[in-house]
Amino acid sequence: MAEQRVITAEGLQQLIAILAGEGRRVIAPTVRDDVIIYDDIESIDDLPLGVTDVQGPGSYRLVDAPEAEYFGFVVGPHAWKKFLHAPQIELWRAQREGGGVNIHAADIYAERAAFIGVRACELAAIAIQDRVLTGGQHVDAHYKMRRDHALLIAVNCSKAGGSCFCASMETGPAATGGFDLALTELKTAQDHLFLVDVGSSAGQALMDQISSRAATAQEHNAAQAQVEHTTESMGRSMPAGVNTPQLMADNLLHPRWQEVATRCLSCANCTMVCPTCFCTTVDDVSDLAGERYARERRWDSCFTMDFSYLHGGGVRNSVASRYRQWMTHKLSTWVEQFGSSGCVGCGRCITWCPVGIDITEEVRAIAGVEAV
Amino acid sequence: MALMSAHRLSTTSGCGVPADVPRLGYVRGRRSDAPGVWTLDIEMADDAPCDFAPGQFNMLTAFGVGEAAISISGAPGGERLIHTIRDVGPVSHALANLAPGDPIGVRGPFGVGWPMATPGSDVLIIAGGLGLAPLRPSIYDILARRDAFGAVTLLYGSRRPEDIVFHAEVEAWRREKKINIELTVDHAGVDWRGHVGVVTGLLPRVQLDPSRAIALLCGPEVMMRFVGAALTEQGLDATKIFVSMERNMKCAIGHCGHCQLGPTFICRDGPVFTYERMRPLMSVKEL
Repeated sequence: MAEQRVITAEGLQQLIAILAGEGRRVIAPTVRDDVIIYDDIESIDDLPLGVTDVQGPGSYRLVDAPEAEYFGFVVGPHAWKKFLHAPQIELWRAQREGGGVNIHAADIYAERAAFIGVRACELAAIAIQDRVLTGGQHVDAHYKMRRDHALLIAVNCSKAGGSCFCASMETGPAATGGFDLALTELKTAQDHLFLVDVGSSAGQALMDQISSRAATAQEHNAAQAQVEHTTESMGRSMPAGVNTPQLMADNLLHPRWQEVATRCLSCANCTMVCPTCFCTTVDDVSDLAGERYARERRWDSCFTMDFSYLHGGGVRNSVASRYRQWMTHKLSTWVEQFGSSGCVGCGRCITWCPVGIDITEEVRAIAGVEAV
Repeated sequence: MALMSAHRLSTTSGCGVPADVPRLGYVRGRRSDAPGVWTLDIEMADDAPCDFAPGQFNMLTAFGVGEAAISISGAPGGERLIHTIRDVGPVSHALANLAPGDPIGVRGPFGVGWPMATPGSDVLIIAGGLGLAPLRPSIYDILARRDAFGAVTLLYGSRRPEDIVFHAEVEAWRREKKINIELTVDHAGVDWRGHVGVVTGLLPRVQLDPSRAIALLCGPEVMMRFVGAALTEQGLDATKIFVSMERNMKCAIGHCGHCQLGPTFICRDGPVFTYERMRPLMSVKEL
């Protein structure tokens, strides 16, 4: 990797202005409704300075942070898939004309976007969705267009959340690739700096326009130490020494599925917040005259009854079978399908589960190992 | 703001149409093949070839209603697309009730079909109910080059005699004597002279040579499970038994997630699989 550079908060503001000046949507973490979400920002002032999150199973609170950092929190309910694998799009529309129908494929638009504050687990999630939606015989053109026109500006995590377990999934907390720029925020009593790693020529082109200096060995070491501290303070972990894909495949009839079903509300929250869940459904709509039609695609969840509907009923009618589908897909069958786990250890499914079901605890229960 | 910074990719029509957009076809014929079962004869508006492999399926759109995965039941290499549809839900009802001249949307063909490149093999075709529809293209293929195969047998089970799809055609095949045909029904009327009972009951009537036979199965999952188990007991290797699976499908290209069964996407990796691959997955309830 090229030498690390150092920019100040003013440099970060410069970066935001340059990106906006290029006509990009600049999307970053920002506080809304007592939650940190991803949305358009206009300046550094829209970032959640001095705010941090306290997370655990079924619990998320924002509090004042001990340090006034711009990125002193972890991931919230939004994932970048909201902008790449859009929650709802039109696939085509059609109009009856004479005896026939004119079918028009939807135009495939890409907003040139820059995502600021992409965490290591999220880079891993984006790489997974790349494989799912563009890595096979068929390419999702809507996803690809958005993806090709997005700049990824990563942030290395300066703290770990109560639901985080990226270290045990080997996806974080440091960004190791797949970004254009990666920032490490260093806040001391004297300084407020960002170490910058350049990951692409597009990232270099941005850095060329921003005043920066070379990082000192001391700063480099401080950034390393911060990442190590984050790793050590990770709230959760997948059990070490367990072959999770095989464990799932071998335990499709484990009594734990029935037990978890007594708690699971089948609400689909985990699938909506998951940065890798990719399932969609389609709705066909028409006007009142029945002359204009359209097909809309939207996110779907394997927790709904309709998901597996087959003439006469669903295949997965019990909550136990739907939870099993989600978890075995995420941790086991995904590996066979796409060459990696479908879980990146971001912990969203734990935090946003209304009853606090913890996927790492469920794995431990099936593996028969003690909770940490 | 969004539009000003947008890049646009133009999409083409005709053969360059994206996989998630239907092509236009017209229904040219419709006939009843059993109570509640209709066969549509579809002509594509774009004159693009209708090539497909036996066992593949298309996604058919009734405009303004919805889309459903329907197997192709006609002969490969034909000018028209032939689909046989059971009128059971809102979408299949709309499709089955399209009249000649009506437009219809077609995406496909999709999926992996039957193993037809097995020269010299004895072929045992076992169908239940409407399961004969996705098997009919393989029968046409076999009849078109009958010498390429050894003994060919069709075992076909229906609920009642009147539910036998393509009944007249099945009787014509029987008269031609190019393939052996045995029919059975669950519930017989007084004028039924054939077998009564489940299709597995016909298996002892087949001279099965496990060294040269393949079996093609399509019907209710429970039937395929029992037939697969019975055939392996008779010595046929599970890799020589093929089953056509059915699950909810939305995209047909492995992106929407609906049709997963264990690690497989039925739409993309199937619908035809070896019984060896499906056996452990079919044995787990609600998988």
